[in-house]
Amino acid sequence: MSDLFTYALRLGDDALIAAQRMAEWIAAAPQLEEDVALGNIGLDQLGQARSLLQYAGSMDGRTEDDLAYFREEREFLNVQLCELPNGDFAHAMARLLYFASYQHLLYDELRASADETLSGVAGKAVKEVAYHVDHATQWVLRLGDGTSESHRRMQAALDELWPYTAELFESDDLVRRLPVAVDPAGLRDEWERRVLAVIDESTCSRPEASYQHRGGRSGQHTEHMGFLLAELQHVARSHPGATW
Amino acid sequence: MSHLSYARAMDSFQATIDADSRIEPRDAMPDGYRKTLIRQIAQHAHSEIIGMQPEGNWISRAPSLRRKAILMAKVQDEAGHGLYLYAAAETLGVDRADLLDMLHTGRQKYSSIFNYPTLTWADIGAIGWLVDGAAIVNQVPLCRCSYGPYARAMVRVCKEESFHQRQGFEILHTLSTGTPGQQAMAQDALDRWWWPSLMMFGPPDASSTHSEQSMAWGIKRHSNDELRQRFVDMTVPQADVLGLRVPDDGLVYDEVTGHYSFTQPDFTELYEVVKGNGPCNEKRLATRVKAHEDGAWVREAAAAYAAKQMERAA
Repeated sequence: MSDLFTYALRLGDDALIAAQRMAEWIAAAPQLEEDVALGNIGLDQLGQARSLLQYAGSMDGRTEDDLAYFREEREFLNVQLCELPNGDFAHAMARLLYFASYQHLLYDELRASADETLSGVAGKAVKEVAYHVDHATQWVLRLGDGTSESHRRMQAALDELWPYTAELFESDDLVRRLPVAVDPAGLRDEWERRVLAVIDESTCSRPEASYQHRGGRSGQHTEHMGFLLAELQHVARSHPGATW
Repeated sequence: MSHLSYARAMDSFQATIDADSRIEPRDAMPDGYRKTLIRQIAQHAHSEIIGMQPEGNWISRAPSLRRKAILMAKVQDEAGHGLYLYAAAETLGVDRADLLDMLHTGRQKYSSIFNYPTLTWADIGAIGWLVDGAAIVNQVPLCRCSYGPYARAMVRVCKEESFHQRQGFEILHTLSTGTPGQQAMAQDALDRWWWPSLMMFGPPDASSTHSEQSMAWGIKRHSNDELRQRFVDMTVPQADVLGLRVPDDGLVYDEVTGHYSFTQPDFTELYEVVKGNGPCNEKRLATRVKAHEDGAWVREAAAAYAAKQMERAA
């Protein structure tokens, strides 16, 4: 498998799995406006996933659905942050703040990639994730500086998800040798500056350095991933060869 | 308002109705008209947001990414319809929070169709084709409803519903031309959704309680039975295109009238489901109430934050 294929899968899987979790909020959000907003965000993520998986598939004769529905868990290359169960609304907004801030920096740089498809996807997606960052930021501020209960929940969510953020910036030989890729290690400082500014303003405390989970980029996931994929893939796998 | 000016205001209301013009929020209107509209618009809004559940049930399992995206957009549209319908109801002097409370405590209803379960992927096709199809037949006349904000909301809702109906038909078309397993799934969905869809037009005219006054007020334009007939006439030829069998042995095309005769659904089932005795009544309401209660601390936090911001700005 080519480096470019693997790279497109990494980005596409992040977006796909994030969208799968985001969609679980539809009809379960705290207010109707949020059902609409989170639905929108999930649709953006799914759109990014489809573009990236179509691109990856074009390199080895597979479709986006072959890749989404007929790969095994160990072949998914998303970061673990995206696959964790939703938790409460504070967790949803903490995850979105961490993930969308990363995606924003990534896509912003990827716009300059010499690979036309990647730069095209990034050019469209960077505008979408700018909105995601804004949405998450507004909620982290409201929840952090709202009531004592919301502050407690926001702090807990920021702390619990922090150990899953290092993986976003993990560098490896592939991103270093693939000229059209962005090495995420270079995004870390600016990401921290932006995210910590939001956390500070929200009156929450900065999460403390702690054990950092890794493994998603090489297909090692949390125990939650198997269940997520079972649900995502079940119908398609029950009818092999069918079109939908 | 004095008796005389009240009488004048009611004359002007009736003149507007008679001229087939629109009543607007600031216009005087009889209490009964206001109450009827609040009930109807609220129940319509409730139906949109409860209706998100049976379809939302299949987002995580949609069998292709394209279908997943379409379904997410559709369920999101329904949340949007709920939003503008609640906004239309609010022009009559009620609060969305109070209306939601009426829903959550069972004092206001939502469309009974959503008390049936979505058991297979084909049900997503059947809901789009039949349920949204029936909703369109019910709702297109509401675009000419005498109350302006409701009529205008319905124009937008109907445009989106017609897209929903087409995507439902397309799902079933793909299944009915697919593998034997997919074909069976499509027929099973039609078998289960046909009768509840016919019930969506309400009880037969002879036993419909709200109809006559609503017709006089220009809220309702056609009787339940007329709309049901229109739906059957529209849908049966589409079932033929799909190669699916409508589960009604009494279905016959009448060359003379140009309409289908069909078997009426079992309305005792409708009354039972309305009363709460349907397969998913408890689950739908419990899911809705849970989302609302789980979100209480979020809404409280947003209000507290807004108050702090106001204070800081002052």
